[in-house]
This record gives sequence, C-alpha cells and structure tokens, in this order.
Amino acid sequence: MKILTGNDLKTGAVTWWTGEGWSLHVAEAVDVGDQGDAIAARENAARRVVSPYVIDGETAADGPRPAHIKERIRALGPTVRLDLSLKPADPAAGNWVI
Amino acid sequence: MYQYDSHDQAMVDARVAEFRDQVRRRLDGSLAEEQFRPLRLMNGLYLQLHAYMLRVAVPYGTLSSAQMTMLGDIADKYDRGYGHFTTRQNIQYNWIKLEEAPDILADLAKVEMHAIQTSGNCIRNTTSDQYAGAIADEVVDPRPYAELIRQWSTFHPEFSFLPRKFKMAVIASETDRAAMRLHDIGIQILRNDKGQLGAAFYVGGGMGRTPMIAPCINPFVPIDQMITYSEACLRVYNRYGRRDNKYKARIKILVHELGKDEYTRQVEAEFAHLLTQGIEPPLAELERIKAQFTDPAFATGLSDAVDRSDPDFAVWLDNNVQVHKQPGYAIVTISLKPVGGIPGDASGDQMRLMAQLARAYSFDELRVTHAQNIVLPHVRKADLYTVWQQLEEAGLGTPNLDKIGDIIACPGLDYCSLANARSIPVAQKISERFAGREQEIGELKLKISGCINACGHHHAGHIGILGVDRKGVENYQLLLGGSEGADTSLGTITGPGFNEEGIVDAVEKATSVYLANRHAGERFLDTYRRIGMAPFKDAIYAKDAV
Amino acid sequence: MVETQLRFRDDEPAGDPAVTVDSFGEQTNAAAVRIEPGDDARVLLPHLDRITLVEVNFPVFGDGRGYSAARILREAGYAGELRAVGDVLIDQLAFLRRCGFDSFAPDQPLNAADAEAALARYPEVYSPTVDGRAPIWAKRHGLA
Ligand code: SF4
Repeated sequence: MKILTGNDLKTGAVTWWTGEGWSLHVAEAVDVGDQGDAIAARENAARRVVSPYVIDGETAADGPRPAHIKERIRALGPTVRLDLSLKPADPAAGNWVI
Repeated sequence: MYQYDSHDQAMVDARVAEFRDQVRRRLDGSLAEEQFRPLRLMNGLYLQLHAYMLRVAVPYGTLSSAQMTMLGDIADKYDRGYGHFTTRQNIQYNWIKLEEAPDILADLAKVEMHAIQTSGNCIRNTTSDQYAGAIADEVVDPRPYAELIRQWSTFHPEFSFLPRKFKMAVIASETDRAAMRLHDIGIQILRNDKGQLGAAFYVGGGMGRTPMIAPCINPFVPIDQMITYSEACLRVYNRYGRRDNKYKARIKILVHELGKDEYTRQVEAEFAHLLTQGIEPPLAELERIKAQFTDPAFATGLSDAVDRSDPDFAVWLDNNVQVHKQPGYAIVTISLKPVGGIPGDASGDQMRLMAQLARAYSFDELRVTHAQNIVLPHVRKADLYTVWQQLEEAGLGTPNLDKIGDIIACPGLDYCSLANARSIPVAQKISERFAGREQEIGELKLKISGCINACGHHHAGHIGILGVDRKGVENYQLLLGGSEGADTSLGTITGPGFNEEGIVDAVEKATSVYLANRHAGERFLDTYRRIGMAPFKDAIYAKDAV
Repeated sequence: MVETQLRFRDDEPAGDPAVTVDSFGEQTNAAAVRIEPGDDARVLLPHLDRITLVEVNFPVFGDGRGYSAARILREAGYAGELRAVGDVLIDQLAFLRRCGFDSFAPDQPLNAADAEAALARYPEVYSPTVDGRAPIWAKRHGLA
C-alpha cells in the first residue's frame, strides 16, 4: 500500500493521512493509491501539513505497517524513550519497529 | 564570562522579532516551506523525525548558572523535560512546536542566548577548549578570540549562503581538546619566538563522508589581522567552493582539489586586498572582550589535600577531576553518560542542579564539552566531596571520563531524519556490557554516528562505529585507530559490518586483543598503533571454533 | 524584462540592456553588464569607469556567490547601479543591501510592507562592509 505522511505545520507532530484528515496514529492511515502526490499538494497548500511525502507500506494484522524502519520509528516515537512514544505503557513496543 | 552590552542585546532582540515575523509569514502562507526552511535553519530549527528540533548555541561551550537554569526551564516549559548536549557544544530540544519557537528565542534572549546560525550554510557556532581559563597549558584563554569571531560571523552579509555549513574552532594550547584540525577552519592562538600573539590557521578539515585533517595554511597570522584573514579564507570559499554537488561542497574539498598551496595563494591575495578595507576590529575591542574573561577571584594559599577515604569518591576523583592552574582548585567533569543512559541527555532538574552547583562552587560557570559532558571549571578541592555527593544523588556522578562508557553518540535514527541506523541503543548496550570493567580497560574513546555525516565523530574514535542501512536493516561498521587532539588520526574500517548484537561483541573482541597485547602504560590506541589492524581483524572475524 | 521593484538611487536608471560578462569584453561601448553566479566579477575591474549598471543574477537564492561579486565591485570603487535580479526574496534584502546592492528586480514581486520591515530590522551591524554603516566595534571605541 501507499501511505501519505508528513508533519503538522504548527506542532511538528508526525501525521498520517486518513482519507479525511491527518492522524497521529499510523493505524488510521489509508492506502492513497496513486493519489498521494495530489493530496499532498493540496494539503500542503492549505498549510495543514509540512513536507508531506508518500511511502510504501503493507497491511499487517495490526494495521498499516510502513516498509522502512525510519517510518516505523516515526510512527512510534524514539525507541530509547518509550515513555514519550505513542505506546508508553507497552515495554515491548520497540520490537514493532525492527 | 562575556556579558552583552546594549549593542549585543539589540542584535539578539532584533533576531527574535525577525523570527517571530518569519513564523507569522510561514503560518499565514506568505512564505512557502522552501523559502522558510533556510530561514528557520539559520535559527537552529529543524524538522526532525518526530517534531521540530531546536538547536541553541552555547558559544565556545561556556554557560553561566543563569543560562543553564534557563536551559533547564525551557526543557520543562516547551519541551518534554530534557535536552541533548551535542558534540558541537550546543544543546538540542527534540519536541518543539513551531508556534512556540519565537517565545523560546525570547526567553533565551533574556539570558543573552540565541539559536543564531546553529544550522544553515553559514558560519556556525565557534567551539573551543572546554578547559579554557582553567588549564595550565594554555598560552592565553582562547575564548576572547572565539567571541571576536562570534561577533564577526553573526549575520555576516556575505557569508550567509555559503556552499555548505562552516564550522570553526579556536584553541590556545598544544594539547588540542576541541578537535581543531577536524574543522573547516581551526585556529590555534600561539606566540612566536618574539613573544607576539598570533593565530595559526588550519583550513579544510572535517569529518563526514570524506574525512580530512586540516593542513596548516598559515602558521602565524598577527593577532590584529585574524578577522581579516578569516574573511579572506571565507571569500575564496564562497566564490569557488563547489555548489554542484552537496557532498563535495565543504571547504575541505576545495582545499583538496585546488591543493593546499593554490588555495593558500588565493587566500593570501584576497587577504592583501582586504587589509586595505578596514574590516579588522581594533585591538581595543579584543582588550574589551578579554577584560571579561579575567580569572575569577581565586583564593590563595589553599591546600591541595583531598580526603580520599571514601573509595567511590576516590574513583570519581581519579576519573573526572583534572589539575587546575590555580593551587587548591580542580576542574570537574560531570559525566552525562550513566551506564545504560542516553549520551548527552540531561533533564531539566539535572540542568538546574548543575547550575546550582556552579553558582555555589564554580564561580558561576559551566562548560559543555564536545564529548557531551558538562564541566565545572573552577572547584575548590575542599568542596569536591560535597559536589560529588550532590552529583551522585542526581545520577550525575558516573566516574568514566574518557573510558569506554564515556561514549559520544549522535541522536541517530531515534531522532534524526538523516540517520541510517540507531546510535543510542548501541551506546547503551556497550556501556552496560562493559560496566565494572572500565577502569581495567583504561582510556578508550568510543564514538558512534548514525550515518556518514559523522556528528558522532566516529572517524576520530579509538573505536568508531558507523551506522549504515543495509537493505532497510540497521548495520554497523567498526573502525579502529581514530583520534582527535594533538595526535589526530582517522580510523580504519575493520571489514564487513554487524548487526546490533554483533557490533557489541566485536567491540568486546577488540578490547580483548588490546588487553592481551598491551604493554605497561599503553592505552588501547597505543597498542593498536603498535601492533596494527591484523590481530584485531583476526579476532573480530575469527570463525568460532567448532 | 523583470521590473525593478526597489531602488535606492537618485539618478536615472540606465536604459541599456545588460550584456553577459563574455560579450562585455568584446563590446567596448556596452555600459551595462550581467553577472552570473560563476562569473568572476574581477574581470570587470579595469572597465568600471564606463559601467553604469551591473546586474547580478541569483537563479536560486541559496547560491551566495553574488554577495561576494557585489562587495568586490564596491570595494574596487564601483559607484554605478548594482542590481540584484532573479530569486530575490524579502529575507535576503538586508544582506544584499549590506553587500552594496542598491536596486532589486525580484522574479516575484515582494510584499512592500514586509520588505520595508526586513530592511529596517537590524538597528546595528557587527561587520563593516562597503555600505558605510559603522560596525558595533567602531561605536564601542568612539571610531564611528
Ligand atoms: S551522524 Fe547522521 S544520524 Fe547522526 S545526528 Fe548526524 S546526521 Fe543524524
């Protein structure tokens, strides 16, 4: 699948395109097919996102999974500070990125 | 310490207003990201892996207590309670909101700090010796010269869009504690045989993808021509540095491609011209700055005796305390490298505690080191035990300066959008693996970068580790034999890379070879230089006996 | 031709079209010349007395060679018009002005109020250039 991601312009938070808007959770990302660049251009112009780009991903049991480790770390948070990640209560969350 | 006058303050205040205006124009759409990006970068604001990251300048690594306290407060107020001290003596915050960045700059300006030119293709923060003003072997305190460079380079109209970033370092002793020759310009302040002060210029050093040790292009520029000479070096670079290829744009490539002699010839010609332009500040300006770096009011007649009866304290003393130029005083290095910790990170509380200690015991001064530690430069020996106890309590008493656990590590793939692999987990695993054996192994500088940009100085580590991307999987190359300082050398790659577990094992094998072969008094680096790569390679890549 | 939006001179703008540095050498009557980033501004120095306009092109604002070209011309005594053309943006105006540019012909028109604010932003300067502004060190030591 193709996933569209970027950062929130004002807060810098990592965001994922859900089909209707931007979410902090990659689990809510949708397959943008070949529409990624068009959505990116539109959302960029509307200043709802900064530096959007399309990445490869696959659909796993627990939802969309970015193909590259960098994007998985973006989706989770720093693996060395899981307390600051999106899964602070899960000590094994770091395994998901590998 | 240098204190702003109304002129300096006006410049920093104007910058805050300017950036506030630029952020406004970004948010209202009049600035596109492509146009805003270089502007925010010149204010140290990056878009990193998880959020905006703000890099704050700590000019030549010197901080007052009030400044360190503000850094701690900013960590709590605008970030998530911590900051990361970098190899360029700066501090980075990892979770910054664009909307709040102008307010942070305003808070920084209240304590004479800023984020000016901490990124971008301009002259960056000038670094220096972390022991400046406290160590006996310096010719003079190098910081006034660095301050003169700071002012000259701040908002320099001609050099704000260079081919690439530009880093300068200034030292004033034979022992180089600032990796001076691995900078775009390294300056050593020295005296000639007539006793006059001058500046030796080393140009074209650097790490990154093509590491180079800077050659000396002029062994003695009179001190009242140092700024003009710098301007000449920069102008030649600005005009002729490569702009066609980002990876060949640093000045080291220009110096290399032209050859040192031709580059020098061009600089000298430009220098001769610029001498007629009246751009050098008068010596009175240097004297004005110097007057703010005079020694603090050291007490005299103090005893040098220290009670070593507490064995843990004695270990810390032997590791983290250096000889001071003033009898009765010592230089204390606070390790930001607890076993299993994140190298260079400090919490807001820890920053405020270090500030308090500086106020009470170190004439209000702290330093940031390029090895990502903090220095209390002027501590009475009689106060060492108290200082150590308070550090211990705050998790800041790790006795490992220059030992294998005192790892330099860049943020790597946990934070950095350019990274290929994570650096911090590798540092954590190594420091855990060797906990308790650091003293036996002795001095061993281990440095880790998460990509070829080499922010973690892996080329200059006795042991260096470089993270690479092997088909989407983190992989680590091992380098041996690098060093910075008086005996600067670049490390050599041992061979094929390793995964995370494997690299920790490989480091262990390398240290075993050293322990088995060392002569009395030899450091890891000395043994390596004596016996060469072969025995290390054999051990590291030996097939396990069946 | 792109319009000159900002001009800080009292004389009449030169009418001649600017020629390239290469053809300038051959056309002994040309009075206006255009410098591209890779050109060496110093080849013009023997001819400054017959030049009334130098355009310095910035194809992309991040290429800073034009700043050095401008200063070199001013340091050699060039007093004619020095015009920045191309990807000239608000936040570079003050730097350009300090390097000796006295007119601006940006590809995209600049917001006039923002441009004025940017030019007036810094009350002082640290480094002396050809613009005659006294650096902070000169003020500190009574040299200004
Ligand atoms: S070395 Fe690479 S990964 Fe590490 S901080 Fe620098 S750019 Fe990022």
